Amino acid sequence: MDIHEYQAKALFKQNGVPVPEGYLATNPLEAEFAMRRLGTEIGVVKAQIHAGGRGKGGGVKLAKSPEEAAKLAKEMIGMTLVTHQTGPEGKKVHKVYVEAGSKIVKEYYLALVLDRETAGVGFMFSTEGGMDIEEVAEKHPEKIVYVSVDPTTGLQGHHIRTICYKAGLPAAEHKELAPILKSLFKMFLKYDYSMLEINPLIINDQGKMFVLDGKMNFDDNALYRQKDIEVLRDFLEEDPREVQASKYGLSYIGLDGNIGCLVNGAGLAMATMDIVQFAGGTPANFLDVGGGATQETVTNAFKILLSDSKVKGIFVNIFGGIMRCDVIANGIVAAAKELGLRIPMVVRLEGTNVEQGKEILKNSGLDLYAASNMADGAKKIVEMVKK
Amino acid sequence: MAILVNSNTRVITQGITGKSGEFHTKLSHEYAPRFVGGVVPGKGGQKAILDLPIFNTVHEAKDRAKANATMIFVPPPFAADAILEAIDAEIELIICITEGIPVLDMVAVKKALDRSKSRLIGPNCPGVITPGQCKIGIMPGHIHKVGSAGIVSKSGTLTYEAVGQTTAMGIGQSSCVGIGGDPIIGTKYIDVLTLFEQDPQTEGIILIGEIGGDAEIQAAKFIKEHIKKPVAAFIAGQTAPKGKRMGHAGAIVSGGSGTAAEKMAALEEAGCVVAKSPADIAASLKIAMDRKRR
Repeated sequence: MDIHEYQAKALFKQNGVPVPEGYLATNPLEAEFAMRRLGTEIGVVKAQIHAGGRGKGGGVKLAKSPEEAAKLAKEMIGMTLVTHQTGPEGKKVHKVYVEAGSKIVKEYYLALVLDRETAGVGFMFSTEGGMDIEEVAEKHPEKIVYVSVDPTTGLQGHHIRTICYKAGLPAAEHKELAPILKSLFKMFLKYDYSMLEINPLIINDQGKMFVLDGKMNFDDNALYRQKDIEVLRDFLEEDPREVQASKYGLSYIGLDGNIGCLVNGAGLAMATMDIVQFAGGTPANFLDVGGGATQETVTNAFKILLSDSKVKGIFVNIFGGIMRCDVIANGIVAAAKELGLRIPMVVRLEGTNVEQGKEILKNSGLDLYAASNMADGAKKIVEMVKK
Repeated sequence: MAILVNSNTRVITQGITGKSGEFHTKLSHEYAPRFVGGVVPGKGGQKAILDLPIFNTVHEAKDRAKANATMIFVPPPFAADAILEAIDAEIELIICITEGIPVLDMVAVKKALDRSKSRLIGPNCPGVITPGQCKIGIMPGHIHKVGSAGIVSKSGTLTYEAVGQTTAMGIGQSSCVGIGGDPIIGTKYIDVLTLFEQDPQTEGIILIGEIGGDAEIQAAKFIKEHIKKPVAAFIAGQTAPKGKRMGHAGAIVSGGSGTAAEKMAALEEAGCVVAKSPADIAASLKIAMDRKRR
């Protein structure tokens, strides 16, 4: 789960991590008041969407007066912001965050990640802040300092010293960075993050360190025990089909192609996307109905696929293990009859009770192609969609 | 021979009275009668499905039913505790099927595991099967056939696909191990590859991976240096978009790393036959086996 910048800043502030003063505004008047409250010469008006690269897309602008803050807020709220992370359709801006301007002397990068290898918390620090860390990793890998911390013993002084010395920070900055590292480590464990990225972490003209922008990702599996975080979820920022699917207990991700895929199991669902592409087509989605899918789940999955106007054909790929093929076949028939199937469909069934399943599909009177295996099914649906 | 589980394995189910725990204990025990009981706190002394005895603790199940393996079906908030209890009781083989355990819980489990005598398979995995001898998990037993392919995989249904293909080709399987799709797991590819290399029944190995992390890259390096048996591989998610979690908690391409392409290249470089299409997994193993024979 992702959250907005203003929500992340509030969490940083609550946990003792320094951030510039700022206020949320949902209309120009609120933006004007926010700027007056700040009382600074310069304010920054920032569009609140769940995507990076806002500056280049026109979603981050400087205001020199409360009136200018109001004017910028008026321009931004309601606009569709396109960045390299939003895709060409962009994201609609509903709120802006008005923040005190900072005099930036230096920009650093800091991230905390789950270290899969050591089962620890990895700290990544670089003096090359303000740009994509992938770019730094490619051009100046020596400028990234990495330290893995064992959570059972915790963050120690030596970890902090290693980061500071390896990065070559001046002594005055050690004192600024140490408490920030300690607070972030505590936050990482307290809130079940999967990633916490600060870019940039700045030094201002007073020699003070501040978090200027922060991105937080939470472990979805832990949300049940993070009620304070769960309420920060903004459904307006998410793909409505993905939101709908999660309500039905389905795992769905929208893609750009035109062949809708309905599969059981995450690995097989990915493999199905691959084989569609291999056969010369493009998948419209990833959709895992799960191991224990019922007739109702299958019907709901169909509803989501058919609600996507890009979908020109459907490929059902089921390896019935515990889930019986006859149950799936009944689900397909019921869904197709209820929703009215107007596009080509290929069904590949394998596993438990496969003969009964095929019989049900054959006797249903539905116009569908029963594939003999995965490769045959992929080839067939690609042909049918191209016609 | 086969690996990890055989006809001498004595299994209990932690969470045997839950819907899934009960159902899969029944199917597994019917496939091969290796189950000796279950654990449900507060229900000790009662009988579970198939008349299996219930114990309050894993320690008790180990002492009284001589269990040496456990299958865990405990819900995510309590699963870490269940694994830690099995570690504490020194159960040799712990297989955790539960999906959705918070990753920080698994961090703590992993640290305890490193200091222990137990091996953990999973979590978020289909389990382990040695065809004809012992099935611990949710895989459909009837698609398997006693044979010579050792299968190790992060995925469930995709493993069944490989099983189905090897059965149809007459190769069959020695053992199949689902290591799980979470970021932190108890047993890695490398551990299972080592076991297959030493197992006389296994003549060829199938490795099934997916996007995210670098476990497959490490496996490739290991295969190059230590595995002499033929290996075929398939990586799911060649068409997955960057930054999106594809079902499994661990299946995400972040910052351009963990892609299918780099994993496939590494495995090919290590001498594996890499199937581009999931329909060609068993055929790729056949090619790998024929190549080694020459």
